[in-house]
Amino acid sequence: MGPNVRIPQAIIEKSAAMQRHTSPLIEIKVANPFKCCFKKGLIYLALMIGAVSMLAPFLWMVSTSLKSPDQVLAFDKVFWKEWIPTSFVWQNYVTVWKMKTVPFAMFYLNSIFVSVCITFGQVATSSMAAYAFARLHFPGRDKLFFGYLATMMIPGAVTMIPVFILLRHLGWVDTYKALILPGIFTAYGTFMLRQFFLTLPKDLEDAAKIDGCSYLRIFWHIILPLSKPAIATLTTFTFMGSWMNLMWPLIVVNTHSKYTLPVGLAYFQGVHGTDWTLLMAGSVMMILPILVVFLFNQRFFVEGIKLSGIKG
Amino acid sequence: MFKGMKDKHKEVIAAYGFLAPNLIGFLVFTSLPVLASLVLSFFKMDLLSGESEFVFLQNFIDLLKDPYFMKYCWNTIYLMLAIPISMAGSLLLAIALNQKLKGAVIFRTIYFLPTICSGVAIFMLWRLIYNPNFGLLNTMIAQIGELIGLKLVGPNWLTDEAWAKPAFIIMSVWQNIGGYNMILYLASLQGVPRELYDAAEVDGASSWQKFWNVTWPQISPTTFFIAIMSLIGGFQAGFDQAYIMTGGGPNGATTTIIYYIFNNAFEWYHMGYAAAISWVLFLIIFVITLAKWRFYGRNVHYS
Repeated sequence: MGPNVRIPQAIIEKSAAMQRHTSPLIEIKVANPFKCCFKKGLIYLALMIGAVSMLAPFLWMVSTSLKSPDQVLAFDKVFWKEWIPTSFVWQNYVTVWKMKTVPFAMFYLNSIFVSVCITFGQVATSSMAAYAFARLHFPGRDKLFFGYLATMMIPGAVTMIPVFILLRHLGWVDTYKALILPGIFTAYGTFMLRQFFLTLPKDLEDAAKIDGCSYLRIFWHIILPLSKPAIATLTTFTFMGSWMNLMWPLIVVNTHSKYTLPVGLAYFQGVHGTDWTLLMAGSVMMILPILVVFLFNQRFFVEGIKLSGIKG
Repeated sequence: MFKGMKDKHKEVIAAYGFLAPNLIGFLVFTSLPVLASLVLSFFKMDLLSGESEFVFLQNFIDLLKDPYFMKYCWNTIYLMLAIPISMAGSLLLAIALNQKLKGAVIFRTIYFLPTICSGVAIFMLWRLIYNPNFGLLNTMIAQIGELIGLKLVGPNWLTDEAWAKPAFIIMSVWQNIGGYNMILYLASLQGVPRELYDAAEVDGASSWQKFWNVTWPQISPTTFFIAIMSLIGGFQAGFDQAYIMTGGGPNGATTTIIYYIFNNAFEWYHMGYAAAISWVLFLIIFVITLAKWRFYGRNVHYS
């Protein structure tokens, strides 16, 4: 589904495979200390060079967002001076936020609203469906699940065109419904949560069933609390995916006041293509929530992928 | 309400209740549109004029003769040069991080940032980096030139037909080198049994030999997996960056298959033709997926 957020399949498939591995035994090795230190130093050097080249564009972005327009265009003879704003123009951020020509604050609110709705809808509907697939018996279950699986390899481009035509017939083009609804339903979310639910022990549920608990209560009080890591992972990926999604909002929304951030920034670039300081300030503001989500939830997807982890 | 009902029936009703919201959405927005798209690909349909005409396979025949489509397929494949480069880089980084050094977690976090922060903001940043006059890259090239006493002038990255694709490849390597692939390699490296290295050491193998005879074969399933997933992703990639950075230009040099579908469907409203292209794309991905299944054989099952 085009507008959908895709959880990298790599993670789903691999995380299952990873659980089989156990971490290797502690390595005890006697080696030449000089050779060892030299080797370590080289590795650190390589890692540092890597880290600097990963970070440099981000630093450049932040520094540009704080420069005055003249400094962006000027070519400084001394290279390091390029990196530091001659005067820190914090005003750039205020200017972007209050711009008359481009309703940036509106884009921001739209993005928050749309992403939160999609994330909530996706987590709610796919966890329910995943529970049915993982735990309940009903006729046609396996065939239906196979149907879900089969659609996972279909490119979003295939469904995006008919969905657009459908929304157009419904008169939903240029509405929040069109932005949100198609993004909620993914086979990926259901698939991932089902795989996780299958790994949960059944004892608690069986006990609850004997006590006469309804399925809804089992789902709410047993399955969901036990699945916090998987749900956090799905939440994180869905939120990030819809926050970044450019193509779908581009297709279904025409009015500026309904633009989400990615389309809004693209439009901003169209209007103020050379105001680099403002464009970069807008970009920094777009990335900021993603950075926060990532840094706080890092363990959910990085640690989730490789369970055996490295000690820092 | 359900009193007196058999437990089995209760369970079925509950199951459909749990399934309903997702299933309805799934039918409306995924499975039925797939069928609709196939039907659509047999029509010439112009959404603006409202004309639509059944042409059966004509769209696909046109597609085979469409020089633009061939060019954009080539572009898509060319841009996938980034895959082997970034995979090699991911493996190197994973090996370095696997040495149990202090601070590895910090490095891993930093390497992950470009993957996490992809999207419009980053592509705009790279448009600035590639600016020929005051962009970071050309500034650096000029500085290096000064250091070695030559006057080096960087290319017009995004406006020169010869340089636009390499520019995209460099950016893509930056984005993917430290992301999911590195994490997968890292996990795979940690899964290689210690005994194999011990045995190799007893035989007096050098580090280089240990890598090629122990590590590389042991992690080859991961390599294959990453390659396949990257291929599948690669065929569908290239819209966002081209839309933001080049508009698909210069002279179509950065337009990929997905961008062509977008243009046909939502710029020119040739819905039938766009649907036909999307089915060709699907076919390509289907073949790759089959190759993946064949490789994994019966080892991978989903239940």
